[in-house]
Amino acid sequence: MRSHPLFQLTLLRFREFVREPEAVFWNFAFPLLLTAGLGVAFRDQAPQPIPVAAVTQQLAAALRADPQLRVEERTPEAALNLLHTGRVALIAEPGPNASVVYRYDEANPDARSARLVADRAVQSAAGRSDPVPASNALVREPGSRYIDFLVPGMIGMGLMNGGMWSLVFSIVDTRRRKLLKRIVATPMPRHHYLLSFLVWRLVLLPCEVGIPLGFGVWVFGVPLRGPLWQFALLCLLGALTFGSIGLLISSRARTIEAASGIMNLVQLPMWIVSGVFFSAERFPAVVQPLVRALPLTALNDALRANMLQGSGLGQMVPQVAVLGVCMVVCFGSALKLFRWR
Amino acid sequence: MPAAALRVSNLKKAYKDVTAVNGLDLEVFPGECFGLLGPNGAGKTTTIEICEGLTEPDSGVVEVLGMQWGRHGAELRQRLGIQLQETQLSDKLTVLETIQLFRSFFRNGPSPEDAIAHVQLQEKRDARVGNLSGGQKQRLALACALVGNPDLLFLDEPTTGLDPQARRQLWDLIIQFKKDGRTIVLTTHYMDEAQQLCERVAIMDHGQAIARGTPRELIASIGVEHVVQFSVGDAALDLGTLERIPGVRSAKLEAGAAQLQVTELHQAVPALLAELTRQGLPLTELSTHSATLEDVFVSLTGRHLRDA
Ligand SMILES: Nc1ncnc2c1ncn2[C@@H]1O[C@H](COP(=O)(O)OP(=O)(O)OP(=O)(O)O)[C@@H](O)[C@H]1O
Ligand SMILES: [Mg+2]
Repeated sequence: MRSHPLFQLTLLRFREFVREPEAVFWNFAFPLLLTAGLGVAFRDQAPQPIPVAAVTQQLAAALRADPQLRVEERTPEAALNLLHTGRVALIAEPGPNASVVYRYDEANPDARSARLVADRAVQSAAGRSDPVPASNALVREPGSRYIDFLVPGMIGMGLMNGGMWSLVFSIVDTRRRKLLKRIVATPMPRHHYLLSFLVWRLVLLPCEVGIPLGFGVWVFGVPLRGPLWQFALLCLLGALTFGSIGLLISSRARTIEAASGIMNLVQLPMWIVSGVFFSAERFPAVVQPLVRALPLTALNDALRANMLQGSGLGQMVPQVAVLGVCMVVCFGSALKLFRWR
Repeated sequence: MPAAALRVSNLKKAYKDVTAVNGLDLEVFPGECFGLLGPNGAGKTTTIEICEGLTEPDSGVVEVLGMQWGRHGAELRQRLGIQLQETQLSDKLTVLETIQLFRSFFRNGPSPEDAIAHVQLQEKRDARVGNLSGGQKQRLALACALVGNPDLLFLDEPTTGLDPQARRQLWDLIIQFKKDGRTIVLTTHYMDEAQQLCERVAIMDHGQAIARGTPRELIASIGVEHVVQFSVGDAALDLGTLERIPGVRSAKLEAGAAQLQVTELHQAVPALLAELTRQGLPLTELSTHSATLEDVFVSLTGRHLRDA
């Protein structure tokens, strides 16, 4: 009994994948390590007091009255040294006529806060009292932390990397070995060859998305507020879109070097501007239409809207449209251009 | 005369700056092993890949097993066994997995296990392709060509780069396949390979067939049965004298040695020795071989196959 060619070809995908330990690492372990690392680095902490220096005992005592400051009393030279090496954010020193001079770097947000807090402490030590009484109500909610922002971005990036790398590397390597030519010299229907990549992507998808998602949800309590089936649909759409881009890149390239050059050219801008690690909104308004038209931006926005805001597909029409159009155009061109030898 | 298994007429194919095939005619009969012989760049691969339906010819007719690529492509693929000159099979698969993959593409054929046994790779059944020796890789490639039970087998330089033992092993496999009554077209630039395996050969040069026939016919056509090579150190030789020796047809000097084209070896060698003794020349080297296809190529083109 012979097995079905599509089954054998998919098995080939599987074997090539698992027998390449690097591929497994970059696909699964690396995004996980990165998420864990960034999650820990940017975890929400009780706010730390800001280190400042004072050059007189009197100023030091005044500043110590505020728990938001950690005060070191130093000579002016020693204090300057601390400031220049970043170990304190601000120096309070006496000025002429019983005034106080704050020495700090205005571009450093910590230093600006320190300036406000220190001045308040100095003024109240001198006898000022607040005319309006005030108290704080603090919020810290899942969904607005950095890790909540990061996890959907990592899932989007994983779909891009996995979708493009696996196809491009495999197809171009097969072509370079003249194995593609050898395979099309058999009766194998050509669409089976391409379909095997689709099937393999679908098999891998639950792991590729599930691992970072599960990690985010279990370890960091990242919310998953939208309908799960819509989330799955978005991942599928993303995987197909990036698969099509990968297919287009590998449709003619004869060497891995050429293909990975093109691939970096395509991926690098998206890593930076598509809101994986920080919001795409940070880029100037003039380039926003361009940023929004990138498939990874669309995917990340849609995943975040689903997970963090619980939005439905109806509210993601532009993003879904970007992905759909990109997929159809790339897949169509790839089929037209594909070099079977 | 049976219908041809492969018929090619007036085949032409040009690439940007070279004419790879220039008006080639071939006819291969069922059950024979046909050799395309020629130096590097002669157009052998181009020709065979056109016959395999992998390259489009510029013009000419190609009929394979009575069918044409344009109309019967799918059917033809089922009935052809193909080995390409430069394929590297996937290093990460094992021998068995590779065969299973190729087997799955064909309707009929042996089981993967049988296919492996056929090329004597049982011991390497579970070894990765990347760890096979050159000869084992070639046998695996042959097995991949045989998994569909082909009626017509195309082999492009099946033994190039192999050591003599591995070549001999591959020859045995090809001879076995021939015994089953199937047709083979192979290319090679080894004359001995063509002489061993092929019923008929076509010698190709610059995209054309410059000679065609059985190896025996071709060798007979140059009217020389043996070649005698000798040298006499630094001493000068007179070619005219050598050509007057009975049984010698012609003589020439090549790379410091003299080469005699000989029709009657038993007359020529004693006479040559006597002549050298008469002239007082020291014989430092002497060898003879029966004329080969190589000598046919040399006499047709004035070049050797290897450095053509
Ligand atoms: N794809 C191609 N593009 C351009 N020129 C080509 C191409 N394929 C072959 N040629 C040229 O066509 C000529 C014939 O090549 P071919 O590969 O058919 O020779 P061959 O007889 O198989 O040689 P070898 O013994 O080295 O395999 C060569 O001059 C080669 O450079
Ligand atoms: Mg060749």
